[in-house]
Amino acid sequence: MLAAWVLTRARFPGRTLLDAFVHLPLVLPPVAVGYVLLLLFGMNGPFGRWLYQAFGVQLAFTKSGAALATAVMTFPLMVRAIRIALEGVDRGLEAAARTLGAGPFDRFATITLPLMLPGVLAGAVTAFAAGLGEFGAVITFVSNIPGETRTLPLALYTAIQSPNGDAIALRLAILSFVLGLSGLVLSEVLARAMRRRLGR
Amino acid sequence: MLSVALDKRRDGFRLQVAFDAPTPGTVALFGRSGCGKSTTIDLIAGLLDPDAGHVRLDGATLVDTASRVSVSAEHRRIGYVFQDARLFPHRSVTGNLRYGLKRAKGVEQRIGFDEVVSLLGLGGLLDRRPNQLSGGERQRVALGRALLSQPQLLLLDEPLASLDAARREEVLPYLEALRDRLSIPMIFVSHQFDEVLRLATHVVLLDNGKVAAQGSPAEISLVPALRAIVGPEAVGAVVDGVITALDAENRLAELRLAGGTLRVSARDVLDSRGASRGVGSVVRVQLLARDVILATELPHGLSVRNALEGTVVDVTDDDDEVLVRVDIGGGASVLSRITKAAVEALRLQRGSRVWALIKAVSLRGHTFKRPEATTPGS
Repeated sequence: MLAAWVLTRARFPGRTLLDAFVHLPLVLPPVAVGYVLLLLFGMNGPFGRWLYQAFGVQLAFTKSGAALATAVMTFPLMVRAIRIALEGVDRGLEAAARTLGAGPFDRFATITLPLMLPGVLAGAVTAFAAGLGEFGAVITFVSNIPGETRTLPLALYTAIQSPNGDAIALRLAILSFVLGLSGLVLSEVLARAMRRRLGR
Repeated sequence: MLSVALDKRRDGFRLQVAFDAPTPGTVALFGRSGCGKSTTIDLIAGLLDPDAGHVRLDGATLVDTASRVSVSAEHRRIGYVFQDARLFPHRSVTGNLRYGLKRAKGVEQRIGFDEVVSLLGLGGLLDRRPNQLSGGERQRVALGRALLSQPQLLLLDEPLASLDAARREEVLPYLEALRDRLSIPMIFVSHQFDEVLRLATHVVLLDNGKVAAQGSPAEISLVPALRAIVGPEAVGAVVDGVITALDAENRLAELRLAGGTLRVSARDVLDSRGASRGVGSVVRVQLLARDVILATELPHGLSVRNALEGTVVDVTDDDDEVLVRVDIGGGASVLSRITKAAVEALRLQRGSRVWALIKAVSLRGHTFKRPEATTPGS
């Protein structure tokens, strides 16, 4: 949300660069993103070593690592959704709140946030559904460990690779289809319901 | 006292305004679209920062570039009613009204929730959402919301511009009630001269980012620059008069002006609910220049009932015709538009004694609470 706010409202040198950086995971091969994560957060990477020594947290080849990889991959989707939601908020309403005595944080909490919430929620659901399908970054960063980092697409891939996995693969494919579809429908329904509550 | 002196460059436009106005009072910023009216009140509200200048209200400095003082908009305690109301769509009418009230804690409460609801007639709307309100209702809620923030100054940016004629008539009486019953100073922006005449006690005429003239509505009505803005047909002197007699039988009312007496149809001095105004109440009338005829001696046998004696103080060309200003005494003047041929035939010039014959009187204002402030000659 901070990134979206900065990219929408702030004007500073290097904004374009930050914008490009945020959107990088959309255009890079996911495997490259996973590899970069491995370099940075692997047990020998600068952040990975520090995290392990300071907190005993290991990201590479763990569930948390899978979550991080998915989060990085879906971050641009989230930022985009929030930006669009933020751009949709009438700044005149914020000015009105200002004349009524509301300071910056007050205005954000009582006017801006409630008005952008439908877009944010819809974006979150879409990002979640997209995250379920993340393959390249996950398998590169945390591998494909049964019971630990085997996400749905990884399991699907494993099933296809195994000699008698056709039935399992089909079931998993149907499951991902259902999850994806219901995610998209849910996000649309949510957005519509909230817009109605906001009286638009 | 409200003291404003502001300089602001914006998108190739330069605004340089300076005016002082008594408080409490209702100041009208009047001018064509794009003359800098809205920018001026944005600067006063603190939504924009001036390049140079100051805004002072009753001794307190709100912004002064010379001494680097700038109170932020949320701390200025200036209510702002926007042209498009800007109600919060995710809150009910009550939620909107209470928004500013809640944030004015610790400030002396001059007006309470119930008072605003009854003053603006909002009782039946409290549970509604802004999208369930008509344009006029929205403006009234916006007005109430601004009032409840306990402002020390109320700004209104063309509060009636987005409304049709019927809706305007619905909201105008509330604005008049506000002016008369609350002592909150108001500045309102308008490009409709009839609104200005109805509401204002002080007028600032803006033209292309500069103050062209300022003064009472009566003074401003005589300013030649006004013609270009309101159009030739709407030019006419404004005078305030006191109702001195009501003749129910002949349906006539008598108005005492500074420089004479006007007899008008009693219908003209009814208030907005159709009740007759009492003797002693102050009304503001406009004598349109096209409805005023000049004569060098008092004629007889005319249907025109009103004749005011005075002296010609100014003769200016007005397209093919001539605008003559006649001083009728007591500091009041009337304007008359007549042909050049008539001026020559009557040999009118500065200093000529004439009778101004008034065909029609249009009522432009209503009872003011403080007659002493608007009584002619005071």
